[in-house]
Amino acid sequence: MRGPRSDGPWRRGGEDRLIGGVAVGLAGRTGLDVTVVRVGLVLATLVTFGYAAIGYVVAWLVLPVAGSDESIAHKAKSDRRGIALAVGLGTLLIVLVAIASAVGAGWLSAVEWPLVICTAGIVLIWRNGTAEEQETMRHLAEPLVGLTGGGRRPRLVWRLAVAFVLFLAGTGILVSGHESIKMLAPLGGGVLVLAAIAIVLGPWWLGIARDLVAERRARIRAEERADMAARVHDSVLQTLAMIQRRADQPQQVIQLARAQERELRSWLFDGRAPGSMDTEMTLSAGVRQIQQEVEAQHGMTVEAVTVGDCELDDDLGALLEAAREATVNAAKWSGADVVSLFAEVEPGEVSMFVRDRGKGFDPEAVPADRKGLAESIHARMTRRGGEASIRSAVGQGTEVSLTMPRAAGNAGNAGNAGKRPPGRS
Amino acid sequence: MSGPSGPVPTVVIVDDHGLFRSGVRSELGDRVNVVGEAEDVEPAISLISRILPDVVLLDVHLPGGGGQLVVGAVKASHPEVRFLALSASDAPEDVIAVIRSGARGYVTKTISGADLVDAVLRVAAGDAVFSPRLAGFVLDAFAALPEADLAAGEGVAGGRVSFDPELDQLTTREREVLRLIARGYTYKEIAREFTISSRTVETHVSSVLRKLQLSTRHQLTRWATERRLI
Repeated sequence: MRGPRSDGPWRRGGEDRLIGGVAVGLAGRTGLDVTVVRVGLVLATLVTFGYAAIGYVVAWLVLPVAGSDESIAHKAKSDRRGIALAVGLGTLLIVLVAIASAVGAGWLSAVEWPLVICTAGIVLIWRNGTAEEQETMRHLAEPLVGLTGGGRRPRLVWRLAVAFVLFLAGTGILVSGHESIKMLAPLGGGVLVLAAIAIVLGPWWLGIARDLVAERRARIRAEERADMAARVHDSVLQTLAMIQRRADQPQQVIQLARAQERELRSWLFDGRAPGSMDTEMTLSAGVRQIQQEVEAQHGMTVEAVTVGDCELDDDLGALLEAAREATVNAAKWSGADVVSLFAEVEPGEVSMFVRDRGKGFDPEAVPADRKGLAESIHARMTRRGGEASIRSAVGQGTEVSLTMPRAAGNAGNAGNAGKRPPGRS
Repeated sequence: MSGPSGPVPTVVIVDDHGLFRSGVRSELGDRVNVVGEAEDVEPAISLISRILPDVVLLDVHLPGGGGQLVVGAVKASHPEVRFLALSASDAPEDVIAVIRSGARGYVTKTISGADLVDAVLRVAAGDAVFSPRLAGFVLDAFAALPEADLAAGEGVAGGRVSFDPELDQLTTREREVLRLIARGYTYKEIAREFTISSRTVETHVSSVLRKLQLSTRHQLTRWATERRLI
């Protein structure tokens, strides 16, 4: 439950919420455990005779739910009937409390304002919340509806009877304790009232907690399925499409099938996600992938040449991403039929060159949209200690040179020979 | 670069796809003289030995075996016939095998008509023609070699000191030229890059070709067989 502190705008929790998600939001904001926050809120409400609950309802109203920018209050402002209803209910409550104090239940006036404001706020939330939030509230209100809807289960009647007796006894002790037990009154009365509440609402709370767990599990399962579909699409389906396109080139079909098999195995059995630039891949497989993607998507020939090979790491993944961007850029802008993509693995570094013999451009007078790409290639490389340079002139094509030093751990094992062991004949 | 406007070279096309042969024939136009076509190893050998063209455009993969069979058989009796290999798919070991059997160059079938004519003329003039891909293969094949040989030199069974720096190693400049070819540069562009003449570039490429064909390194064969396994 404990989440990392977030520094973004303050939001209510959308998915793990129990009521309004305020506690989840607060926990995310402060880095505290959400359960601690919830207990704290309940205690604060008890201690302040309900005034803390006002804060909760107000937060519920004005904080947008995670992933959205519009709060319920924003919508409620234009809900005239809702406001009228809230004001009406509030006034009605004030009258009721006044009557109650008149007939002797004066303690009720202590919670008068929290009661009035929270009721009005909840009315507004109910009317203006999203369908999801209304569903949550309906769920929360279920036992109350159950009470009026008659005892479906005999146990409910028993529970209510016991709770009623306890509640009466508790409030009796609380408000009018005899002199001799006056010292015990706050404690004993409070315990009895809490016990009554627990008996009435306990099973229902348990039910909610169970539902919450089940719901979360279902959501995780659905997310996993969606994730899997996306990955299968990105990897297996793409590869199958490539294989169909290259049916006349057995060598490439074999390579594609092998790469896919390796990727699928590492996903199924080692749990490694098949990202588009997976570190499980080798550099030459990555180059091939760029070639295939650009050829498929932009209908131009990519003349790819790789010298040597090595396993990918994050740095080389970034190098490939930059090269892909440069290649796509050439496909989109150069107007040439062919892009040359060259990668060479050397013991100390990996260099890649993307060259087209197209229109070219004047690096001094770059249109803004191209400059953006150039800069993103540049930034991608320098962030990881690599270098990027672009050479171009109008009418003379463009060449992007990328160099990435190899991590010390990898430099030793491969050199130019890739997976092949050093020579011994 | 293209040869002087002297005699139009005669060409034989060897490929098992008729459609491809007629496509190439029309692309070559009248700058070369296509004198014959063959679709498999045996007919190709007899046709070429009879016509003796200047250049043979040879598919690396033929139904009756690899293109190197044709090169080997013809070269044995008619060393003056020049071969330019071409293929659609490029298993490096097949390409290297054809080159080592004596072809003067290798281009991919995706090459444009004008470039193909240029390549044929260049082979006819006795030069080597390296496509980017062949340049990559060669760099790869020669890459790990010196260290590997030095490392293996001592511990391995005696007598195998076949390392000949003259043939088994590329010079720095040759490497640089191959790199630029692999990056998509033409000879002319390479010459401008290094401020040398196109002629010098061709000398470097021919020298690489010679090393590729004459080197007796075990590694070259081994490299090819291992490539197949990856």
